[in-house]
Amino acid sequence: MSARNRELLALIPVAILVTAGFTAVFIVESSQIGDISLIYGGYFLAVCVGVHLFIRVRLPYADPYLFPLCALLAAIGLVMLFRINDDLALKQASIFVGGAVLLALTILFVRDYHALQRYRYLIATGGILLLMAPRLPGIGAQVNGAYLGINLGPFSFQPAEIAKICIVIFLASYLAEKRELLTVAARRVAGLTIPPIKHFGPLLVVWGATMIMLIYIRDLGSSLMFFGAFLALLYVATARLSYVITGLALFLVGATLIASQITHVRDRVDIWQNTFDKNPCHLTKQELHAGEDCGVGQIQQSLFAQADGGLFGQGLGESLLKLPGPFAPNCQQPFPDCGSILPAPHTDEIYALIVAELGLFGGAALIVVYALIAARGFKTAVMARDGFSKLLATGLTAVFALQAVVIIGGVVKFIPLTGVTLPFVSFGGSSVIANMILLALLLMISNDARRPLPPPREAEPMLEELPA
Amino acid sequence: MNSPITKLYALMLVLFAALVGFTSYWAVFDSNTLKDETANRRPLIEEQQVRRGLIKTADGVTVAESHPEGGGKNPVYVRDYPQGSLYGHPVGYSFVQTGQTGIEKSENAVLAGERNEFTSILDQLRSVPQEGQNVTLTIDSHIQQVATQALQQEIASNGIQGAGGAVVALDPSTGAVKAMVSQPGFDPNTVKDQGVLERLNSQGSGAPLVNRATQSVYPPGSTMKVVTAAAALDSGQFTPNSVLSGHSPQNIGGVPLFNAGGEEFGNIDMTTALTASVNTYFAQVGEQLGTGTMVEYMKRFGFYSDPALDYPSDEMAPSGPYNSSGSLVTSNFDVGRVAIGQGGAEGQDLTTPLQMAEVAATVADGGKLMQPTFVQQVTDPDGRVTQKLSPHVQATPISPQTASELTDMMTHVTQDPEGTAAGLTVAGGVPFAGKTGTAEIGDPADGINQPWFIAFAPAQDPKIAVAATIERCQGCFGAEVAGPVVTQVIDAALGSG
Repeated sequence: MSARNRELLALIPVAILVTAGFTAVFIVESSQIGDISLIYGGYFLAVCVGVHLFIRVRLPYADPYLFPLCALLAAIGLVMLFRINDDLALKQASIFVGGAVLLALTILFVRDYHALQRYRYLIATGGILLLMAPRLPGIGAQVNGAYLGINLGPFSFQPAEIAKICIVIFLASYLAEKRELLTVAARRVAGLTIPPIKHFGPLLVVWGATMIMLIYIRDLGSSLMFFGAFLALLYVATARLSYVITGLALFLVGATLIASQITHVRDRVDIWQNTFDKNPCHLTKQELHAGEDCGVGQIQQSLFAQADGGLFGQGLGESLLKLPGPFAPNCQQPFPDCGSILPAPHTDEIYALIVAELGLFGGAALIVVYALIAARGFKTAVMARDGFSKLLATGLTAVFALQAVVIIGGVVKFIPLTGVTLPFVSFGGSSVIANMILLALLLMISNDARRPLPPPREAEPMLEELPA
Repeated sequence: MNSPITKLYALMLVLFAALVGFTSYWAVFDSNTLKDETANRRPLIEEQQVRRGLIKTADGVTVAESHPEGGGKNPVYVRDYPQGSLYGHPVGYSFVQTGQTGIEKSENAVLAGERNEFTSILDQLRSVPQEGQNVTLTIDSHIQQVATQALQQEIASNGIQGAGGAVVALDPSTGAVKAMVSQPGFDPNTVKDQGVLERLNSQGSGAPLVNRATQSVYPPGSTMKVVTAAAALDSGQFTPNSVLSGHSPQNIGGVPLFNAGGEEFGNIDMTTALTASVNTYFAQVGEQLGTGTMVEYMKRFGFYSDPALDYPSDEMAPSGPYNSSGSLVTSNFDVGRVAIGQGGAEGQDLTTPLQMAEVAATVADGGKLMQPTFVQQVTDPDGRVTQKLSPHVQATPISPQTASELTDMMTHVTQDPEGTAAGLTVAGGVPFAGKTGTAEIGDPADGINQPWFIAFAPAQDPKIAVAATIERCQGCFGAEVAGPVVTQVIDAALGSG
């Protein structure tokens, strides 16, 4: 079977899953089976088939499983959002359609992603500027002490989502060119491998940028993700573990220093370590916005929700989410921004909700999907034929997988909880759009990597060697 | 570059595996700890979303009900107690803010409609919402009301400031609790508020939250002689005609013991001794039976352990001889004085009103102690009976013959002109059996007493067994103060009051 037919076939179970999920939620909500779930399933399948047809025409050799796996994540996300609030599901569905269009546009306009190498400094500058945007007066917005989003009229946008792609493109391009120099020109001083400063400089700039993110926009999660991707690329490019260890040590030193200076970051770490203490917060009431509790409630509620899940979960729509009657706070904002026992169930905490309703098995299945996507991404990197392609595929896959690790890790108290979205599952426009672009790039790389080599032709070289 | 890529993937897989590991820890291995965490309001909220079952009396008066609060699709239910303080004991309360006590606590599983795993899945498939079951109590609202008023009146006219009291009425043939009153009481509706609860629990409040019928132990005085007589007759060492000296004082446990008021009796039989409540007679009986036999019979009647009542164990206390450090003792106490409901630092007889009602009920039921219970039946929301009172013999402390002889002796207490309760009548003169008790509290010169009366009626084919006592009563005697409470309860139970 050809790769494209396999892709089409793989989309069918995804469509069935989304239909079944919607039906289950619908039954719980209204005790009846309607055709609405079939309509949702139908639309979802139609959009997916549309994307599939586009890939079939433009990228015939692309990896057949990447898109169905991402569609599966989106399907799980849509079902969970429908369970929270049907408005959210509707919005997310249109974002998904928009993202699919963007995926197509990326493939159409970028054509040859190798061209990106030429604009790497432009792209890197753009990425860092995007990161700083949330601190700009007028459009910046602070959420729980971190500056994560910018408000453009009715839309809010998290620039870190796009910036991660920019930084990865820069790193892949830079390292593809300089990797030889970084390994060969290194000197050994007192047992330590010292890379040539001249070539290492730009990388230090990137490291500095992530540190600035910590200090300036206080986005612990994104900086963790960025720095992880940076180290991953450095390792793949140079195959030197010592660079990674040095980098990790530098990050830890920097992070510890910053954590001791910035209360928001320190709180996050303290809450992670002493989740059930009476008051692990250092921020004073005045520093917090009304109704905020520096995040201790969020991690506690996250764990309580998972405890309710057990092995198989309570069933879609069956776990406690909306606070009933007298327990409900006086809400200014609509549910689920307010009045939910689990804070941010549609964004940061969606994994906790999945475990509560689908159990350990549901959560593990979701993680397996991410692991499979990572497998396809790294396989693309292995198959790619040039250094830039390999590094770009590695970087994109690493940043995607790390994003899932950072947010799920936060929700399960593996690392401090920080506000990044769960790719393709969480509610949010910037996340879906950015990850669709990321997916488009991966598909293009895999199309190149898996394209059969043209049979060697003998006539043309002969011609060139002819004397004029 | 392919080898580092593979290694990187391996690292990613390790990270993903760690995520699955952490998830399984919270969702499965540590989930019970998390559910018990105080900050976890989930179990509490979920319980409040279930409409809790009704509690009704045997004659259909609603004692506890729930009303939805918050409206909308997901209301929570809040408890109401339409009868106010009348059933504060023994029903207790159930609120999110202040927890649960009494029958609300002991019957929580049925009231909250808790289901087992299997029926839960079936109900989920049929999408049946979880709903509490209704509990019908054995308590009769008329008897409860009469008992409350009678006790309140006696406390008001005789008790010293802050004194309380208790009444327990049992159906001797089934163990059903027909009335249980503890004074001072409380209105469960007010306990929703944490502040009120703290005030009621504070020093000087008169301890209204303590159920004196099941939890407070008092010196039983001469009512204990029923247990001593039962041991004497049932062990075969005595008959109702066994003659001993009623001389006062006599040396008991090395210390002179007096009869009430120093009264002298000649050589008398046991019937006469019980009728006139002769201390020296029963103290000798106790000494002759010995500690072993007395402890054995106390245990048979249920002393030394919590009553076998369907009630929270932290709201019950065992009866028996307590030493000065508050522990029950089975040896090395003054058995002669314990036999008449007294004692000393090494062992003072202390009993709950419920225990003494059980003693009366055992004699009334021909020697069989029926396990006491509050629950007449449980019905599901559709009205189907899911659980029904099936009388259960808890123990057979004495033989039918002993019971019959004791009944005869206790009938003399009320019917004989020489009896300590000769002035008491019930139901227009139906013969009934009883025993008075008057324990001195503290310095006898202060005249502070603990009056008791236990009884069952009619003497033949008894329908009701009752115990009543009043704390710290100035110059009170069992027959005069506790007696009328008991006779009014009996009248109410026999349908003539």
